[in-house]
Amino acid sequence: MKSRTIFWIVLISLAASLAYTGSVLAQDVPTFVPDDDVNRVAHGLYCPVCENIPLDVCPTQACAQWRELIRQKLAEGWSDEQVKDYFVAQYGDRVLATPPAQGFNWVFYVIIPVALLGAVAILYSVMRRMVRPKAASAQPPSTPGGEEDAYLRRMEEELKKRE
Amino acid sequence: MENLEPQATTTRRALPLWVYVVSFTLLVAFLVLIGKQLVNTSSGTITVGQEVPPITLTTFDGQTINTADLRGKVVVLNFWASWCKPCEQEAAELEQAWRSYQGNDKVLFLGVNWTDTEPQAKAYLQRFDITYPNGPDLRTKIGDMFRITGVPETYVIGPDGKLADVNVGVFLDVESIQAMIDPHIK
Repeated sequence: MKSRTIFWIVLISLAASLAYTGSVLAQDVPTFVPDDDVNRVAHGLYCPVCENIPLDVCPTQACAQWRELIRQKLAEGWSDEQVKDYFVAQYGDRVLATPPAQGFNWVFYVIIPVALLGAVAILYSVMRRMVRPKAASAQPPSTPGGEEDAYLRRMEEELKKRE
Repeated sequence: MENLEPQATTTRRALPLWVYVVSFTLLVAFLVLIGKQLVNTSSGTITVGQEVPPITLTTFDGQTINTADLRGKVVVLNFWASWCKPCEQEAAELEQAWRSYQGNDKVLFLGVNWTDTEPQAKAYLQRFDITYPNGPDLRTKIGDMFRITGVPETYVIGPDGKLADVNVGVFLDVESIQAMIDPHIK
């Protein structure tokens, strides 16, 4: 009877310790983040050290460290935007592929549409001028007695006077 | 004699005046903005003898240091990164030099961690047993102020708050670090 009790105590203790170890192991195993996910975020970021090279293809050690940081943040459950915001807060706007529309940057967002609108307006104006003479020539010849005839009549009168 | 010239009829319609005014104003505003930005970007680095604007550094352990509060002390500002191999070459020398000034309260070393990741930066500090205050250069504001071109770079700010000396590149020994600092201690 006594040995049976000991057996059950040992068994329960073993089960409890295994359950605890299991939970610890589960906490230690990091969430796997595939390279594609890391590169998806990294593609929209630029390393300030190696200018003009997107982070996903940058070969330097600094960029490799940054990619690892992205992996770490994604494993912690951060969204793509949160990771990007973190990088902007740490390293500045220059890390972004597209500058945010704030401060001086708004000029780039305004100038292009304004320039496009201006170009369309100029094109429209030029086209109208080019089309107008054709439209005028397409009109039926002026009827006798119109303004042109009056002018011709005056011309003839003048010539007669000179004779 | 009568004028034989047919009366010219103007068919071209002029744009309203306000269009010209608005366009001109926009153009001038745009040019002013571009000019202002150009002035900002082309303004040179801080040169030796110039006043250094106040720098705030929040260290990795949460301490906030402002150079404006450090008047009377020589401040050694060292830019570094964990991915920078030359920085590793001078790390031990910098720490040794810092420890040589521990006796007096006239020199402060500040490590500015430039475009680095925090875990690697902390590991670097631990590896080289660096004890002087270190913190990240958030948004690379401090680096931009000095227009640094890479790491390592070291700037010595005199007790008067003016830039006293600059070293671009690696320190080869402790003596060369001390030679930059000692003449400015008062």
